Amino acid sequence: MARINLDHIRHAYGPNPKKPSDYSLKEVHHEWNDGGAYALLGPSGCGKTTLLNIISGLLQPSEGKILFDGKDVTNLSTQDRNIAQVFQFPVIYDTMTVYDNLAFPLRNRHVPETEVDRRVTEILEMIGLSDRARKKAQGLTADQKQKISLGRGLVRSDVSAILFDEPLTVIDPHMKWVLRSQLKRLHKQFGFTMVYVTHDQTEALTFADKVVVMYDGEIVQIGTPAELFEKPKHTFVGYFIGSPGMNVLPAKIDGSSVDLDGQKIALSFAPKFSAGAKTELGIRPEFIRLGREGMPVTISKVEDIGRQKIVRASFANRPIAIVVHEDGEIPAEPKVTFDPAAINIYADSWRVPDTSLVGGEA
Amino acid sequence: MEKTWNNKAWFMVLPVLVLVAFSAVIPLMTVVNYSVQDTFGNNEFFWAGTDWFIQVLQSDRFWDALTRNLIFSGIILAIEIPLGILIALNMPKKGLGVPVCLVLMSLPLLIPWNVVGTIWQVFGRVDIGLLGYTLDAIGVPYNYVNNVFDAWVTLIVMDIWHWTSLVVLLCYAGLVSIPDAYYQAAKIDGASRWAVFRYIQLPKMKRVLLIAFLLRFMDSFMIYTEPFVVTGGGPGNATTFLSIDLVKTAIGQFDLGPAAALSLIYFLIILLLSWIFYTVMTNSDAQS
Repeated sequence: MARINLDHIRHAYGPNPKKPSDYSLKEVHHEWNDGGAYALLGPSGCGKTTLLNIISGLLQPSEGKILFDGKDVTNLSTQDRNIAQVFQFPVIYDTMTVYDNLAFPLRNRHVPETEVDRRVTEILEMIGLSDRARKKAQGLTADQKQKISLGRGLVRSDVSAILFDEPLTVIDPHMKWVLRSQLKRLHKQFGFTMVYVTHDQTEALTFADKVVVMYDGEIVQIGTPAELFEKPKHTFVGYFIGSPGMNVLPAKIDGSSVDLDGQKIALSFAPKFSAGAKTELGIRPEFIRLGREGMPVTISKVEDIGRQKIVRASFANRPIAIVVHEDGEIPAEPKVTFDPAAINIYADSWRVPDTSLVGGEA
Repeated sequence: MEKTWNNKAWFMVLPVLVLVAFSAVIPLMTVVNYSVQDTFGNNEFFWAGTDWFIQVLQSDRFWDALTRNLIFSGIILAIEIPLGILIALNMPKKGLGVPVCLVLMSLPLLIPWNVVGTIWQVFGRVDIGLLGYTLDAIGVPYNYVNNVFDAWVTLIVMDIWHWTSLVVLLCYAGLVSIPDAYYQAAKIDGASRWAVFRYIQLPKMKRVLLIAFLLRFMDSFMIYTEPFVVTGGGPGNATTFLSIDLVKTAIGQFDLGPAAALSLIYFLIILLLSWIFYTVMTNSDAQS
């Protein structure tokens, strides 16, 4: 297992990139810790898979270097990098048995047959397919096939990291839960470095220690699930994480007071941003309190989703969402207050750090 | 929905039945009719029973032609299938090369069979043909008109030129349907080029290869036009295949009875061999 350094990586699919928009992957400069579980989260086409393929060596970055444990591997082929990758659709070798499928990566590397047998038996046990070892892999179900793909990664003892490219897309919802928790257990047990690409926020948040949110070829935020929830660095993170996403309202800011189309809110700090920037206020639906005091709203719809109610309302001529507890009452003349600690201020879509908490985020 | 049980559906297949009857069944039954009777014209028929069949099966002429057919099909399958796979593997997967290669590959398939024969007949002529003249000029003795070996080589090379494209196109279709992830996974698993072919490409091409094999077998076993145009069955009877023999019997000698018997035997051989190939190949598929 290894620490992975991405040193000023950029990638463009076309030749001679000049403008920033020529790059499918804008500059990434980051370190992934040994044994960490990382999720790459973002909408389709945001560069997640590009980044993953650069790490695995299926793609050469246009610029920058990749280091595994401090060793430059940028020019090494996939084979020499000792990377395992699990793909969106299960890749199995149809004509081989389950056992031979798992032995394949070892035999290709000329591992002695006794060692092959020991490793394969261990992995079969681990993924729970021991009873099918001698069967052809062709007749298995999608989740069993995906387990074999995973097993082919785990079987090599020298693997630096295991990369997952939306591996649960073709799996039934209830099997997803099972596989996800098995994967998490295996990760805890063996401590491999794991990079997991997904566009499903639940998957990313339950799975990873650190979530890397990507948007338009750029990493917009790397953080723990809590950081992404409480302090989204970019309005996109606010929208994308959470259900419903963060309310983002255009705001005029003067010193420490915010003007939301006539409604004034006082902040605990005076945000600093360059003049002329587009300023917005972001607040998660969970941190808006609906009651008889505060600023008036007009409720248009209440969605009952079981343990919570999502109130769709119009505030300062903008639609907002409010999360109310299932027995929370909805007054006849509804008013809202914003939790001051949960207010984020954005200038040109990027979060303005609250000066009272300088150094609090890094 | 409640299912209605009646026989109305038969009326729906009636048009096809009529069409097949006129195009296949009736002509075939005419042949059967000829094969069991003797005629001297004037629409007079005499019952002959199995005489013609026995006569055909006891003649050396039939067995020699059948052997030639089997050897010819064997050789062209042994060359065209591996060659087709090899070309398909090396064809570009994307870019401008794809349409260019596909068009080039399709060209031989678009040429009418008798034209293919004529092209090679002229191409190989020692007096005016590019191939024959050149070989003659550089001192290689070549003459498909009077040398048995040269005649066979010419026919085999012509068939390869004409039909390998079909195998290539079918294999290529099988190859491009393999998702990229397979190749990427193979790279990650450290698979060699041979392993990629053996465990990914060949299994994925299996079905199209079965079709290619059957088509090439049936077509080559029924070959008529090209050898008829190039060698006319000669030198001697060296390239007289069953089909050529059949036409000679039927139209050359007007032995309608033996010709009908021969064509039925010929038809049954092709049917039997195709069925055997198909069963063997699909069975091996089901076992895996």
